[in-house]
Amino acid sequence: MAAPRSLQFDTLSLHAGQRPDPVTGARATPIYFTTSFVFRDADHAAALFNMERGGHVYSRISNPTNAVLEERVAALEGGVGAIATASGQAALHLAVATIAGAGSHIVASRALYGGSHNLLSYTLPRFGIETTFVAPRDLAAWKKAIRPNTKLLFGETLGNPGLDVLDISAVAAIAHEARLPLLVDATFTTPYLLKPFDHGADLVYHSATKFLGGHGVAIGGVLVDGGTFDWEASGKFPELSEPYAGFHGMDFQEESTVAAFLLRARREGLRDFGACMSPASAFQILQGIETLPLRMERHVENTRKLIAFLGRQAAVESIAYPELPSHPDHALAKRLLPRGCGAVFSFNLKGDRAAGRRFIEALRIFSHLANVGDAKSLVIHPASTTHFRMSDAALAEAGIGPGTIRLSIGLEDPEDLIEDLARALSAAKA
Amino acid sequence: MELRVAGNSAYAYTGGRAFDAELPAVVFIHGGEQDHSVWALQSRYLAHHGYAVLAVDLPGHGKSGGAPLASIEDMAGWIVALLDAAEAGTAALIGHSMGSLVALECAARHPQRVRSVALLGAAFPMRVSPDLLEATMHRESDAHAMINAWSHSTYAHYPSNPGPGFWVIGGNLRLMQRQKPGVLHADFAACDGYKTGIERAARVKCPALFLLGARDAMTPARAGRDLARAVPNSTVVTLDSAGHNLMGEKPDEVLDALVEFLRA
Repeated sequence: MAAPRSLQFDTLSLHAGQRPDPVTGARATPIYFTTSFVFRDADHAAALFNMERGGHVYSRISNPTNAVLEERVAALEGGVGAIATASGQAALHLAVATIAGAGSHIVASRALYGGSHNLLSYTLPRFGIETTFVAPRDLAAWKKAIRPNTKLLFGETLGNPGLDVLDISAVAAIAHEARLPLLVDATFTTPYLLKPFDHGADLVYHSATKFLGGHGVAIGGVLVDGGTFDWEASGKFPELSEPYAGFHGMDFQEESTVAAFLLRARREGLRDFGACMSPASAFQILQGIETLPLRMERHVENTRKLIAFLGRQAAVESIAYPELPSHPDHALAKRLLPRGCGAVFSFNLKGDRAAGRRFIEALRIFSHLANVGDAKSLVIHPASTTHFRMSDAALAEAGIGPGTIRLSIGLEDPEDLIEDLARALSAAKA
Repeated sequence: MELRVAGNSAYAYTGGRAFDAELPAVVFIHGGEQDHSVWALQSRYLAHHGYAVLAVDLPGHGKSGGAPLASIEDMAGWIVALLDAAEAGTAALIGHSMGSLVALECAARHPQRVRSVALLGAAFPMRVSPDLLEATMHRESDAHAMINAWSHSTYAHYPSNPGPGFWVIGGNLRLMQRQKPGVLHADFAACDGYKTGIERAARVKCPALFLLGARDAMTPARAGRDLARAVPNSTVVTLDSAGHNLMGEKPDEVLDALVEFLRA
């Protein structure tokens, strides 16, 4: 008997979680612009509220358009389900708030997106959650930082700003030895380039604003549960394995062997914190995901061409991209990211902050803004924008030089982008 | 709820309410390589609508101790021992796939303990292809992929189980992966080795509901209808466009059919 064929990534990008609307025949995913959903009768209402039937009640908790996005991303990641959130930051907060509270501790990579660093470093301590930051390559430091009250290990697939590649299987092994889950921010890689669950991660989230959407029109996040972590066996998560007074005494692990985390995240986190995604945003992000495989392939192809060009320029001091042999994670990247290391990277321009400013201002195609993962190419010069208050010494400590330029490579003709960079490099010398 | 059955710990989910032996009991029996959580919605509903629910983890599965049982007959005996341990006199048995054979066997051998049976994704014989049976022994991950692909009829489920945003196919795969090594082969060998289905079916006197998936590639509806014809007091309900994972793919329709059957 021939083994059945499962749908492949490109097909799932178009079909997972959605089929033609059974009522209208609409082929595209309809935007269910409604706050609430009618109950068939009183018993139906009670059953929905008590999780005796699956269905929609109120769009803060779930919405049919959002559900398509959630199931599609879960399918692409190889998880058991997902929750769409108002932003990537909301997804990170939801992940933390579901399993941590006052007195909890997190071990996180030091190489994080600035927003995530702010949340962990400054905001969560106000709510009693502390974080120890470690160098992502220092496996001994990860292990040493774990305390009895640690609830989570957290890193990015490609860290900020040097594209440190997280050794997911090694960090997951450290987490699991301590009966803890590993949460990974996979925004820069998307499941097209890397599926963290295949390497041992337990929870994954995305800023869907970036490559998943790809068009730069919608803010959103998606939190995915891999369904592999045994919260009850861990013994460290009564939130998931003991009755919860806030939801009819439900023991989430008993209710769902593989999706206890997501159940609580939705039934408590979306209900109480309320950082849900608009169905219009879910629709827009779904449109992006339909072409994710094609776009990521082109993003990487263009990035490689631009890196080759920059590598030949005398004005360029160094380039941080894990596909280059000079990158400290080159070998790891070859193993984890054979399809490419994404389309966001930094390079160092020779010269001072003024040179960086001249470079930015001479560009005509690259847009100067604070985002990445758009179909259009983007650029930022941290020393004159996001980090302009910092001294050169403080910048160096953060891994940023006065001439560091971060690029997010889009889908334009690569020769046009090369011409744009050449013009800016010339202007920077002046 | 933790019980002791045949010298081992036995776990049964009671649907979010304490088990009350005074209420009519309903026992949910899962299929091969699964556990009680496949019945999350249906078992929780019945527990909140006047029934005493035991959604079991069969021996060696989920949170129950012991080794997986080698035959459908042994599993049926274990269900009766579980009823004894829970001090439940009689029960309606609801079984899926392998669990449907257990319910059938139990109803035939212990008519005084079984009020009615609902058999989901049922078929007889429940033969397992040699390739798949070999894979369950030596290549569990390949077997999981095969079973998962054959168990679902679509890549989009409305509503999802246990609710919106859950990816039914991924959840089913992870649930199989959660079971201990060896459970898969024991279960599928037990299904393949069950030879007396038609004979037992003829002895089932209680009402029997056959709930079948029109697009079931694991236990085709045709084979379910053949078995139903052998049960004197049987009703067949076929769910359009449902595959083998009926509770995952059509949770509301399954619940509605069960509620109507149990009320009759």
